[in-house]
Amino acid sequence: MAEVERHSYDVIVIGAGGAGLRAAIEARSQGMRTAIICKSLFGKAHTVMAEGGIAAAMGNVNSKDNWQVHFRDTMRGGKFMNSWRMAELHAMEAPQRVWELETYGALFDRTKDGRISQRNFGGHEYPRLAHVGDRTGLELIRTLQQKIVSLQQEDERESGDAESRLKVFAELTITKLTMDGERISGAFGYWRESGRFVVFDAPAVIIATGGIGKSFKVTSNSWEYTGDGHALAMRAGATLVNMEFVQFHPTGMVWPPSVKGILVTESVRGDGGVLTNSEGKRFMFNYVPEVFRGQYADTEAEADRWYTDPENNKRPPELLPRDEVARAINSEVKAGRGSPHGGVFLDVSSRLPKAEIMKRLPSMYHQFKELADVDITAQPMEVGPTCHYVMGGVEVEPDTGAAKVPGLFAAGEASGGMHGSNRLGGNSLSDLLVFGRRAGAGAAEYVGAIGATRPVVTEAEIEVASAEALAPFRAEGGENPYTLHTELQQSMNDLVGIIRREDELEAALAKLEVLKERSKAVSVEGHRQFNPGWHLALDLNNMITVSECIARAALIRQESRGGHTRDDHPGMNPEWRQVNLICSIDGEGVAVNKQALSSMRPDLLALFDRYELSKYMTEAELADLPVQDSTKGDS
Amino acid sequence: MGHNAKLRVWRGDASGGDLKDYTVEVNEGEVVLDVIHRLQATQTPDLAVRWNCKAGKCGSCSAEVNGRPRLMCMCQMNNFAEDEVITITPMRAFPVIRDLVTDVSYNYEKARKVPSFAPPKDLAPGDYRMQQVDVERSQEFRKCIECFLCNNTCHVIRDHEENKENFSGPRFLMRIAELDMHPLDTLDRKKMAQEEHGLGYCNITKCCSEVCPEHIHITDNALIPMKERVADVKYDPFFAIWSLFRKPDNAKS
Ligand SMILES: Cc1cc2nc3c(=O)[nH]c(=O)nc-3n(C[C@H](O)[C@H](O)[C@H](O)COP(=O)(O)OP(=O)(O)OC[C@H]3O[C@@H](n4cnc5c(N)ncnc54)[C@H](O)[C@@H]3O)c2cc1C
Ligand code: SF4
Ligand code: SF4
Ligand code: FES
Repeated sequence: MAEVERHSYDVIVIGAGGAGLRAAIEARSQGMRTAIICKSLFGKAHTVMAEGGIAAAMGNVNSKDNWQVHFRDTMRGGKFMNSWRMAELHAMEAPQRVWELETYGALFDRTKDGRISQRNFGGHEYPRLAHVGDRTGLELIRTLQQKIVSLQQEDERESGDAESRLKVFAELTITKLTMDGERISGAFGYWRESGRFVVFDAPAVIIATGGIGKSFKVTSNSWEYTGDGHALAMRAGATLVNMEFVQFHPTGMVWPPSVKGILVTESVRGDGGVLTNSEGKRFMFNYVPEVFRGQYADTEAEADRWYTDPENNKRPPELLPRDEVARAINSEVKAGRGSPHGGVFLDVSSRLPKAEIMKRLPSMYHQFKELADVDITAQPMEVGPTCHYVMGGVEVEPDTGAAKVPGLFAAGEASGGMHGSNRLGGNSLSDLLVFGRRAGAGAAEYVGAIGATRPVVTEAEIEVASAEALAPFRAEGGENPYTLHTELQQSMNDLVGIIRREDELEAALAKLEVLKERSKAVSVEGHRQFNPGWHLALDLNNMITVSECIARAALIRQESRGGHTRDDHPGMNPEWRQVNLICSIDGEGVAVNKQALSSMRPDLLALFDRYELSKYMTEAELADLPVQDSTKGDS
Repeated sequence: MGHNAKLRVWRGDASGGDLKDYTVEVNEGEVVLDVIHRLQATQTPDLAVRWNCKAGKCGSCSAEVNGRPRLMCMCQMNNFAEDEVITITPMRAFPVIRDLVTDVSYNYEKARKVPSFAPPKDLAPGDYRMQQVDVERSQEFRKCIECFLCNNTCHVIRDHEENKENFSGPRFLMRIAELDMHPLDTLDRKKMAQEEHGLGYCNITKCCSEVCPEHIHITDNALIPMKERVADVKYDPFFAIWSLFRKPDNAKS
């Protein structure tokens, strides 16, 4: 057997986005020798694309904001399917995590009194998103990257070797997690550059691999989003939760075709942009759902006043949670009131002066100017829904990020539960930091407790993993991976997209079976050195597995909630709110099981009034509620 | 409406290579990266190219298009005539790994040589207070997506491998300026810019600023102000002569 490169660490973190970097900083700070592994160059992970901001109830712009209000908004956004414990930890710890970034060197936009400025976003009651123009993700990733460099500089001063305790392995793809009996023993992967294999011996592995969007045709996600972490974790025996909940962001670019799906940040609406149809009507007023009546304006006049006087006016319906807006746009287009290229209009040019647009939305200006030849300071944009985020992910313990398998942890978009059925804008970046840190600490504690009984990666496992990775070279004259990928994306888009139906989901599952068979015969040309055809062939297996999770869970959940809309089962069903769908590997396929949601702690329940809870809960649950007075406390 | 474009793409690796001709379909609104991807999907599945966001945000897809350093994902095909031959080559200042992918580790090594942000020791998280006007200067530099096109372009290293040792390139000189202008940074960074990162090599040609896809005024806002401050500390011949001819309205605020 060919020689493989071998490394040994206490903790390895798969993923160098916000979650992975924060996890690595924590593990290293707690004394663990830590490796960070990522598919692209250091500093390029998907987090770099985040635009609008990071949600944290610092109360800098409106002092009424606090963690309880943030918690409440998050639960409402997720339609009460969130892991309440995660939502609680997230809301409580997000401000500390943002302030900490400043100590690493981040430079957020400021308020007049010199604090971190905060902007409005969909579903957030108060201005809450810390931001840097519309490039907040870049600031986050660069800051964490530079913090890692600073830790390496520290190590260099102490030991003469900058990489002695924290090393980044960039452009390396992990294809398998290895096991020592029931527990994790490390990971196997290949250098993208040379195609050579690498084995990491490590008792703890943190999955921070991001999302799954590349299984869909129209998406704001990059090639990295092939659901690797989801699939790797499942194959190691872990479970995924809530995979049916996929967020379609309401505003992606729709024209020209080559940029279809690229994100148009929600800040456009947060800063005053409005959605109109081909008749020039602000249609969102027709789409305020019952559960949100009372929180959103009824008239354009009131909505417009809100931007300057939020105390005395209700917010514009353009700022409803994303699932609502995406469905509304979908309906307008279906009803024949769309824009020329099958979207609707998003206009900020008639709402803000040119200079203000250039200052607040510079990347959007350039994106439209350079890619679509549209000047957003002078004309409306055309936008439509795009696959953006997966709420589902590895099922973890809220406090430690521990998955079902000893030694396995997950954080960030790859983990599930925090956002319930729908994520609020800005809640991902904060999620990455809060739970990245917790997973890093969880892994450190785990490694500290296992003592000398370290697991090892066996030769036999290495043989198997190498053979699997090389399979696409063995087959000859088989299928082209690009063709299969295109077919997968088309089916997921058409059959498991924003609006779903039983027969279509069944058709999707049938198609997935076919693709699964065909993928076994994929063959690639050339050699192992930087070969994108080969890389795609390997990623394809992960995409098919994850797509099956989504389609199966979507078929089972017979209701519409958040990022899961069933044409044949409209409306939320309180019975279904009590059910999480859990995916696990079953032979060559995926099994989905029902699992009860844990009930919220009484002090958290008390943050909502009974009337609101009655929209989500069953009669039996309501009967069990402690009697509370019905006036809504604001804190 | 599609047409067929004529592409010449550099294929090869560290041991050598050459330009290969291809004819590839192009559709309305497409960028060079789309066409490279079509080439990959239909004719050359093993063509190596780096990319991520395809939206000009990650700085992965740097290459040279007809000799000009560009992000392939932000380079519209309609910039070229339909019958024009478009030549795509890897960045020249960095060693080729394969095809359009280069070894940019030089940049990461230089990054590690810049001492990190050093806040006042007694300032607690949450207590940072800075005015917008004071953070704006460093914020401009933090727009950098690390595409390394500026470093690729700067003549000090583009054809002078030997200078790489002593010169960190515009990207990291700008990083030093960014920290120097950070309202709460406590280190004095002028001397290190000159002595350890080779600020003196820069003769303010502004070529770096011209290729920056983020339109950062690297030379005017980062390098020149640094040189000005260094000039107080140390003699820099280029700068001494240049400042004699300087218009007063260039003075930094
Ligand atoms: C255009 C856009 C705008 C957004 N704007 C916002 C916003 O304003 N606010 C907000 O809160 N959220 C926003 N989001 C969502 C948010 O950016 C993401 O959910 C978040 O960045 C995910 O971070 P992560 O750390 O989980 O993973 P990522 O940053 O995606 O990192 C994943 C990492 O895993 C690595 N990886 C994956 N598979 C493997 C493998 N097999 N082997 C090795 N490495 C692997 C990748 O290389 C990468 O380094 C936005 C998303 C998009 C697409
Ligand atoms: S201005 Fe200085 S750093 Fe920029 S290209 Fe010219 S010499 Fe290089
Ligand atoms: S300064 Fe501009 S050209 Fe240089 S690396 Fe940054 S973004 Fe690229
Ligand atoms: S692919 Fe990200 S900048 Fe071109």
